[in-house]
Amino acid sequence: MNSVPRNWRLRQQRYRLVGEICESCGVRIFPPRDVCPECETMEQKEVAFSGRGEVYSYSTVYHPPRGFEEFAPYTVALVRLEEGPLVTAQLTDLDSEQVKIGMSVEMVTRRMQSGGEEGPIVYGYKFRPAIQPAAA
Amino acid sequence: MREVAVIGVGQTEVGEHWGVSLRHLALEAVQAAMADAGVVRADALYVGNMLSGELEGQEHLGALVADFAGLRGVEAFKIEAACGSGAAAVRMGYVAVAGGLADLVIVVGVEKMTDTLGPDTTAALAMAADADYEAAHGASFVTLNALVMRRYMHQYGYGHQDFAPFAVNAHQNALANPYAMFRFPVSSEKFRRARMISDPINLLDSSPICDGAAAVVLAPLGETRHQSMATVGIAASAVGTDTLAVHDRNDPLVLAGAELSSQRAYNAAGVRPADIDLFELHDAFTIMAALSLEAAGFADRGRGLALAADGEIGIEGRIPVTTMGGLKARGHPVGATGVYQIVEVVQQLRGLAGENQVPNARVGMAQNIGGSGATVITHILERI
Repeated sequence: MNSVPRNWRLRQQRYRLVGEICESCGVRIFPPRDVCPECETMEQKEVAFSGRGEVYSYSTVYHPPRGFEEFAPYTVALVRLEEGPLVTAQLTDLDSEQVKIGMSVEMVTRRMQSGGEEGPIVYGYKFRPAIQPAAA
Repeated sequence: MREVAVIGVGQTEVGEHWGVSLRHLALEAVQAAMADAGVVRADALYVGNMLSGELEGQEHLGALVADFAGLRGVEAFKIEAACGSGAAAVRMGYVAVAGGLADLVIVVGVEKMTDTLGPDTTAALAMAADADYEAAHGASFVTLNALVMRRYMHQYGYGHQDFAPFAVNAHQNALANPYAMFRFPVSSEKFRRARMISDPINLLDSSPICDGAAAVVLAPLGETRHQSMATVGIAASAVGTDTLAVHDRNDPLVLAGAELSSQRAYNAAGVRPADIDLFELHDAFTIMAALSLEAAGFADRGRGLALAADGEIGIEGRIPVTTMGGLKARGHPVGATGVYQIVEVVQQLRGLAGENQVPNARVGMAQNIGGSGATVITHILERI
């Protein structure tokens, strides 16, 4: 299931967070889905999202599904992107920082799965605590 | 359309059946239901199942079960809607009988989940979610429910311990059900100390991985009467859907598919929530029990827990739920669960639920949920 073409098809989403904006009703859509969930037209334009957002909810996984054992325990979050949509992704680079609902996070590219002896190594988006810009 | 009756029910004990194969579990339930109905043949067999391909390397269950159940030659299919597969199969049986295309239909839900190792079963269950955008990020099915649960606690100001009444009630009701997997009580204190799975969901928030099969026999109402039992009719059979992914919902704390499904069922049966004497809801996790009570109109949004805290969900309460143990304590062999729920409602409406009998039960509702709320099948049954 963790095949090369399957992951390759998702490269724009996995590496650049490319979603859609509906030119008919203006709603921002991620993941992209062609038929607008709000107005049901197909007038979407591709747009790369900023990758900034905040934690809507989170959970730490102690019993991972097959293929994710190396990361356990890891934290999965629902992130509210600043453009509006929610996205499911792992949090990373947390160090000792405690996750809180509402904390600011930003997208980074990380290894998502190692693929064992023969499978592909999968990269994609995770979110880390937002690095505050230095004061001017 | 013809009215439809449930004229026979059968079930196997839910558990870890290492000595019994999937086909034999199905056979046992089918034979029990046929014996209960007093029938020796059928026009069609519908098999509800989610994971046989992934966990057993076996698809094509319709013909397989038909053959091994002595029904070789009948129309037979497998029907899949994740954890809602069982009720989806009942729904298709209902459609066939109500539409006049079949006079005698057997529906069996069967699942075999204990032949594989934990991480494999966990990965298989995650197939109910969005593979590209949820499961690919390491979100197990438990985790998706945990994300909803934590947000619910945050938004409405609840603590984890507030969910305990659902688990305590389910285990209490399983005590007297000989088919239940966990026939032991669970205290509020035990709930608090249970091992964490995907926080805030711990072991006692969760239904177990297990094996089981349940079956019903459907026929036109009035044409086939049970020899001795009260007749139970299907007053409504309804389905609602929602997005597969939790993140695609307008409000992840609302089971919009369950609202649609419940409303359609109430309209079809001509009843209101106040008319329902018992509710077999889909307590795969305690959070799902709370959200189901809200979506089905028994509590306002954010108030499902309050209903449980006030003792209203017990056998003698205002709306008894999981009266034979529910998914939590009877067990949740995923594709079989929806059929177990129907079997249990029939037991209640026949007045044969023993120590768990809801007094004067006349109208019962069963709601089976596929995924984290994407496919919701509601049946309302009535003692005629």
